[in-house]
Amino acid sequence: MSTRTLQFKIYRYDPDQDAKPYMQDIAVEVDVTDRKLLDALVKLKAKDDSIAFRRSCREGVCGSDAVNINGRNGLACLTDLNTFPEGKPIVLRPLPGLPVIRDLIVDMTQFFKQYHSIKPYLINNDPPPERERLQSPEDREELDGLYECILCACCSTSCPSFWWNPDKFVGPAGLLAAYRFIADTRDQATSERLDNLEDPYRLFRCHTIMNCVDVCPKGLNPTKAIGKIKDMMVRRAV
Amino acid sequence: MVTRVVVGAHYGLKDWLAQRVTAGFMAIYTLVMAILLPLAGDGYEGWRALMAHGFVRFITFLFIVSLCYHAWVGIRDIWMDYVQSTAVRLTLHVLTALALVGYAGWAAQIIWRL
Repeated sequence: MSTRTLQFKIYRYDPDQDAKPYMQDIAVEVDVTDRKLLDALVKLKAKDDSIAFRRSCREGVCGSDAVNINGRNGLACLTDLNTFPEGKPIVLRPLPGLPVIRDLIVDMTQFFKQYHSIKPYLINNDPPPERERLQSPEDREELDGLYECILCACCSTSCPSFWWNPDKFVGPAGLLAAYRFIADTRDQATSERLDNLEDPYRLFRCHTIMNCVDVCPKGLNPTKAIGKIKDMMVRRAV
Repeated sequence: MVTRVVVGAHYGLKDWLAQRVTAGFMAIYTLVMAILLPLAGDGYEGWRALMAHGFVRFITFLFIVSLCYHAWVGIRDIWMDYVQSTAVRLTLHVLTALALVGYAGWAAQIIWRL
């Protein structure tokens, strides 16, 4: 079976051993059957087992292998090895803006804190019907492009507003989820949800930079959802 | 005092909307003036006659107010992003607001002093 060699430059940092982070040059042989970046990372791990990264489902569903690839956030398991230019090393760094635990693993506490702050669950105080709460197909359609988010954090960690205020700005992933429940006709807390976001930091730090749309591995559009939240606030106020 | 992250100021929509409305108005003003300025006479007298016109006075005053409000939201956003100390940020907010009010008065004086 034919193989080829890929050059990598990988961000390395082990707080127990290293005084500061450094970039490691490393090459790895991959087979023609290795199609995604994650396949190469698994080979790398076999070669140097001190390299730390997260991965799980390897098919773009769990969102755990989000890394910064050649300066752009993405999922290693969805990134095709053939898209990298020949002869140039592939530069891998942890997601920017979050504290590094080790190598490519970041501390996502802040990200999930923001996600939880928008109450990402249906709020409906009516007694549940015998089978399920029904929606019309049109109402259900409004949730398309919202519910598919896998919380990989590619979007929020590519957003300058989130870099500057990760403790106060909800971030694109959280706001996409917020609109997912605001748009849900079965939810009864629309007004409370809008109140919760009516804040110069939580929602209005979004300056429509659209890095989130650019990097989303699932092709979602948080900026559009944020715009719809603002539209609803305007409709409520005027 | 315990240091906790506090959010929930319950403003933002008004400023966000105002920034868009003022931007729209300033764009229209720019177009209107691009048409009116070449039609005005040459030199100081031409400009003075144009600025003395009731309609031009009205829209120019609105333009100055729009510019200041627009700049207030934008500059305040920059302080909010980059200045972490509340005391320094509040001071900068106050200085910005005072400067913009001063500029508005100064602009009106420059354009309409006789």
